[in-house]
Amino acid sequence: MMTAASILQAIAAQVGEEAILSSDLQVAQPYLELAPASLVAVCAFLRDEPSLYFDFLECLSGVDEGPEAARIGVVYHVRSITRGHRIVLKCWAARGDAAPTIPSIAHVWRAADWHEREAFDLLGIHFAGHPDLRRILMPEDWPGHPLRKDYVNPEFYHDFKTAY
Amino acid sequence: MSAVQHPNAKRTELDYAELLRRSAPSKTNLQDLASEEMVLNMGPQHPSTHGVLRLELVTDGEIVLEVVPHLGYLHRCFEKHAESLPYPQTIPYTDRLDYLASMNNNWAFVMGVEDMMGITGKLPKRVEYIRVLVAELNRIASHLVAIGTFGLDVGAITPFLWCFRDREHILKMLEWASGARMLYNYVWIGGLFYDIPIGFEERCAEFVAYFKPKLAELNGLMTENFIFVERTAGVGVLPLDVAINYGCSGPVLRGSGLKMDLRRLDGYSVYPELDFEVCIGRGEMGKVGDCWDRYKVRVDEVAESLKIIEQCVEKLTKAHPRGDNFDPRAMCPPKARPKAGEYYSRAENPKGELGFYFIADGKRDIPLRCKCRAPSFSNLSVVPEISRGVMISDLIAILGSIDFVLGEVDR
Repeated sequence: MMTAASILQAIAAQVGEEAILSSDLQVAQPYLELAPASLVAVCAFLRDEPSLYFDFLECLSGVDEGPEAARIGVVYHVRSITRGHRIVLKCWAARGDAAPTIPSIAHVWRAADWHEREAFDLLGIHFAGHPDLRRILMPEDWPGHPLRKDYVNPEFYHDFKTAY
Repeated sequence: MSAVQHPNAKRTELDYAELLRRSAPSKTNLQDLASEEMVLNMGPQHPSTHGVLRLELVTDGEIVLEVVPHLGYLHRCFEKHAESLPYPQTIPYTDRLDYLASMNNNWAFVMGVEDMMGITGKLPKRVEYIRVLVAELNRIASHLVAIGTFGLDVGAITPFLWCFRDREHILKMLEWASGARMLYNYVWIGGLFYDIPIGFEERCAEFVAYFKPKLAELNGLMTENFIFVERTAGVGVLPLDVAINYGCSGPVLRGSGLKMDLRRLDGYSVYPELDFEVCIGRGEMGKVGDCWDRYKVRVDEVAESLKIIEQCVEKLTKAHPRGDNFDPRAMCPPKARPKAGEYYSRAENPKGELGFYFIADGKRDIPLRCKCRAPSFSNLSVVPEISRGVMISDLIAILGSIDFVLGEVDR
């Protein structure tokens, strides 16, 4: 079992210092903020390094902090079943973009596949390199991404009133 | 006869078949198929999909070449609701996630909020034991549905009727405690809705005494039944590495042979004080991780839950009996406002790991983000992987053995 600080050091030593933009190790569940360019490399390292062996992606959540925030992003909760340690990873994209894009990690942990589709569907985050990026919960022709904080419900969908 | 206009519909110029193609298009392009291949839609209305799930199958005769699940028919914007309501008001919405195990959902959500507010571990022991008691009762009820409908899927009708008969006893007991048959809203932040009614402990003991022989009977009917074993053993084998990679949890992961149960791993509530085994699949009839193993894990877990219930009843009658000064709402905060921060909490539900990821800003009673990590969602995502090249009838067995609830998949 490794502490968050030693996991951070391992990443900095193996993948590079520039991979970690910032971190908070004092909170109950320590997190690392990763540069989008090295996200896939860090995830693959976390999974393949024998002393870390992060084999289980517990949760992947898209996060929108509202229209006043400049960023929109994804939070990954990863744990190692064998080693028993956990870490939280974050990756941000610019919210103002028409299609904020974050690299897909679906080929590192297959569990990410559907969760990334969900984040794409509900928050409009695009995942570069995802094998099958389609909407998953909402209808294919639904306008907009409902979990965005500034989302406005359409008045009609297929000529049916959405509000009652 | 003229068509009746729906009051909420504008006059439409669009053809409804065209609308359907736009909102729920198939992934497979018919032009790409070989001449012997065919697309078969299973669901959204199909008894063996256990809810409204549409599976788009590419078949070659009886062989399934590809499975494409289409979800979302039961999407109820749980996360959007949770992000616009104070924490306590979201609890009834969690009831509707995995509606076969509402107590466990309530509890998982409440545990996350309690962790953030720092009241975990300070609750009266009686509250904790009641929580474990109702959660384990609900776990049995959920597993009974899983076992019964699995039998129905592979052609056995009697187990279904037996399981639902016994499940009804549990639902009546939980209705007695909470006032509702399935959607309880019983576990509250910092406590409970009410103490359990007078006589509940005795009735639990009665139920355990009643149910033990019934479980043996069910075992005799199904577990080693030749036809049942033929339909399930060696079918839908889920290797452990695939299960972990796809984020499977609960009986699906344990069926593949990994001894992992969050009740033991995290040791939340009073589970460390209770004696129970974590059941895993051993490949007794076929291979480790086949449909039969997943079924057997559930049957064994029902027996373990009975053990836990017996211990809880013992504790609730002797060590932590009811008293005039016991108030299950004493610790309930008047306002649930966790300080700014974020927290991922998880609990072992009948279906697997139910997690909630909260972001609180500390200024409002409403979470900034509340993501629900539903076990059925990840468990279902492994179906296309293990269903390539199986017979259509085996796919039905695989779906039944995964035991997902669409209320939780679609949220």
